[in-house]
Amino acid sequence: MLHIVNKSAAERSSLESCLRMATKGSAVLLIEDAVYAATNGNAAAAKIQAAAADLKIYALGPDLAARGMAGRVLDGVNVVDYGGFVDLVAEHSNCQSWL
Amino acid sequence: MSDMDEMDDGSGIIKKFMFLNRKAPHGTVYALEGLEVVLITAAFDQDVSLVFTDDGVFQLMKGIDTKGIEVKDFSKTYRALEGYDIEKLYVDQASMDARGLTEDDLIVDVTVLSVDEMANLMAEQDVVISF
Amino acid sequence: MPMVNIAGKEVEVDEEGYLVDLSQWNEDIAKYMAVEEKVDLTDSHWEVVNFLREYYAEYQIAPAVRVLTKAIGKKLGPEKGNNKYLYELFPYGPAKQACKIAGLPKPTGCI
Repeated sequence: MLHIVNKSAAERSSLESCLRMATKGSAVLLIEDAVYAATNGNAAAAKIQAAAADLKIYALGPDLAARGMAGRVLDGVNVVDYGGFVDLVAEHSNCQSWL
Repeated sequence: MSDMDEMDDGSGIIKKFMFLNRKAPHGTVYALEGLEVVLITAAFDQDVSLVFTDDGVFQLMKGIDTKGIEVKDFSKTYRALEGYDIEKLYVDQASMDARGLTEDDLIVDVTVLSVDEMANLMAEQDVVISF
Repeated sequence: MPMVNIAGKEVEVDEEGYLVDLSQWNEDIAKYMAVEEKVDLTDSHWEVVNFLREYYAEYQIAPAVRVLTKAIGKKLGPEKGNNKYLYELFPYGPAKQACKIAGLPKPTGCI
């Protein structure tokens, strides 16, 4: 399953809810304000790094760049472009957006 | 405070306005709308403080490139504030720490305040407007 | 939004005649806008128009008149950085008219 999160982990509980529900081997794609969680020094970084042991974590590159965060991405997080976003949706049989 | 401090050449009372920015840019429209309100307010010659806390500190990041998401890069506009005589920019130390940021990461010069200093600054305002 | 034909090119403008996509701007468009605004473009006008374009490129906004006046004074000298000079060039408001000719949006806070 593909999980998509678009809200900042500092503002909403959607990332936390997602990580609680995502089963081993699932993919989590961070977009819009959710990408901050996948950057060095962010308070949510530890949660992402811990989750990366069992989940594949992706972050949308254009959203990172638009936030000045392109150079701060955590190790173990895969940066994808819009084409990669489409591929992730196509590769997974189902998808949940944590609005 | 003397009368001269409160009056600008007798034409009106100057109030202390704080614009409190707590949202990241782009994900919602708050940051851009807040900036526009600040630019308009500048015409009224009030005592304006611009404060960035929580995800709001992300508004001031250097190196923003919005071409990929096809929206305007308004981070450059914060650098125009000086020309609008808005020179009191404050960021919250704890918010910076929680995001791994230092002053060097920001596109404009700011004053970094502790929680206590920020709380006092907020308490002494006549008006606080939140975005 | 309305389309106008300027020097053989279809260009989109808003309901007040401002250019919608500023990347389309060129000198033909500036001349067209100037005619619309009944401004005879001289080197002095171009100086202000080009200044506005540089300002926009740097800050991503069209400046308020007060800010424009101050910034022009700093860049081009005090004899140009005053309302009298700028209103002689652009009688219906330097920010409004010069921005339109420069292909910029109407300045924030300009009614």
